[in-house]
Amino acid sequence: MHPHQTELWITVAFFALVAVVGFAAVRWRRPPHLHSLEEWSLAGRGFGSWIGWFMLGGDLYTAYTFVAVPALLYGAGALGFYAIPYTAIEYPLVFLILIRLWSVCRTHNYVTPADYVRGRFGSPTLALVIAVTGVVATMPYIALNLIGIEAVLQVIGLPGHWPLIIAFAVLAAFTYRSGLRAPALIAFVKDALIYLMIIVAIAYIPAKVGGWDHIFTVTTAHFKAVPPHTGNLLTSDNQLLYATLAFGSAAAIFLYPHAITGVLSTRSREVIKRSLAWLPVYSIVLGLIALLGLVALAAGIKPLTSGGKPNTNTIIPSLFETTFPHWLAGVAFATIIIGALVPSAVMSIAAANLFTRNIYKEYLRKNAPEKEQATVSKITSLAVKVGAILFILLLQPQFSINLQLIGGVIILQTLPAVFMGLYTRWPHRAGLIAGWVAGMVAGVWMLYVTPNPAAHVAHWGNSAFALSHLGINTGISLYTGFIAVLVNIAVVALVTLAARALRLPDGADETKAGDYFTDENDMAPAVKEAAVA
Amino acid sequence: MSESPIARTDRNPWHWLLLIPIILPLLTVVYNRETPMLFGFPFFFWFQMLFAPLAVVTSVTVFYLSRRSRRSAQRRREG
Repeated sequence: MHPHQTELWITVAFFALVAVVGFAAVRWRRPPHLHSLEEWSLAGRGFGSWIGWFMLGGDLYTAYTFVAVPALLYGAGALGFYAIPYTAIEYPLVFLILIRLWSVCRTHNYVTPADYVRGRFGSPTLALVIAVTGVVATMPYIALNLIGIEAVLQVIGLPGHWPLIIAFAVLAAFTYRSGLRAPALIAFVKDALIYLMIIVAIAYIPAKVGGWDHIFTVTTAHFKAVPPHTGNLLTSDNQLLYATLAFGSAAAIFLYPHAITGVLSTRSREVIKRSLAWLPVYSIVLGLIALLGLVALAAGIKPLTSGGKPNTNTIIPSLFETTFPHWLAGVAFATIIIGALVPSAVMSIAAANLFTRNIYKEYLRKNAPEKEQATVSKITSLAVKVGAILFILLLQPQFSINLQLIGGVIILQTLPAVFMGLYTRWPHRAGLIAGWVAGMVAGVWMLYVTPNPAAHVAHWGNSAFALSHLGINTGISLYTGFIAVLVNIAVVALVTLAARALRLPDGADETKAGDYFTDENDMAPAVKEAAVA
Repeated sequence: MSESPIARTDRNPWHWLLLIPIILPLLTVVYNRETPMLFGFPFFFWFQMLFAPLAVVTSVTVFYLSRRSRRSAQRRREG
């Protein structure tokens, strides 16, 4: 008999439930026809505040977040807590930016951020750059969600990769069929389970481990014994790193294609504002989950090893396994697995749309009709998931983790074109491309030269760039992405000035000032006509 | 689509409130300390746990206040 039989069956049962919901979602809010890209990938841009809130929460807080953030606190202490200010400021930061993006995309039927950039700056090349960046940043992110699932499977004791492949095949099938409606509907299940589990976990586990007092005393002593010997506090050298990590990550998250897909699926500007206003509620939950990393440390949980290396991503599943009764641990594992499915589905849809709109339609079949675009996207979403599986099967997990580290830094390099473009037409298309190149080169170089002494690796250590690499005599580090985007913006400005001086022509801007304020009522007649036709 | 006579805008003085939940979490010097403790939590942890509720309260306030002032401006225009 399998030692974790209860956990296993509960996990399987929840997975089956979610698969049924995913397939049934095709009938949910059913349009006259599903054969357009906007219906399949944006659910007809019709989601209201409730669905928007659940859906964005389910989309942004990935399974990887839930296992990696506590793992970060477990390993690095106070510095790992940067996820809390990060996820608290991300929404106020983009509150006003995203409504403009929504309006202009609604007016011109843009489906991807690259569609918008193409229309705004009249440059298919710049759009291609934005699209490729989005796909490259998204692929390892999907792979990391698989790592989240694998961590659970490892703790349950399921051997080999086959359970992972089955889970992803089911996910691929219902995403192909139902499009964005599937993850949106499953998000209700996911989010409800997460809220339930975290309330139970916080009420139950810390008391079993000896109470918060004890947990903080033990962990403070632990972090005083290891470098940098500051206990559960930041050092004078990593405070700026903490702040730039929080700010840079907050600026980056809504540049990810899957986040923008979620935003564009909403019905109106008011829906976006209301959802964003309430989304930090998820960050409260994330804060509690993060603290479980310290709880695990105080409880003496040791990471399981995979491939001879300790895998700290297993500490949260292990904590559940050792402290919860079997059935509750089963529900917790199911929660993590379902937590991985929602973002993976949206990410694969978003990446597929980038391919369809900005590569296929732009370069291969200029006049591809709506139905063909939807078909191409559906097939590409399958390819994206197969690619993510191959990441896991063929490459070391560390490779995906490194790539996601790079992904966070490079997605930030689309900020000048996507976010700044919403406010000003001043940057020249050549400047934006040059800035992107500069930001990418600077970012990747900084990551390359950063070692991680704890893991005994000389490169791709982490995203804390030590300023001493620049010959500055200081122990201070800053978030790599933050520095890279500053380089990017500086180059955008310089090359734009140069382009203007040389009188290089600007690209044609197909958007008008009023397009950035369009709301649902402005569009009602057009939508009705389309429905009749 | 009919162009409104007055150019549209999403400017609103209430939006400045959003700077509070953005800037406060970035000021590490404010909260990088152990005391005062609360329920066994060092200051560093419990204080930062308040950022998310602060973001909700501020954003929801901004949402309603800016909507109200936008609507009354609209009434003035139409009336």
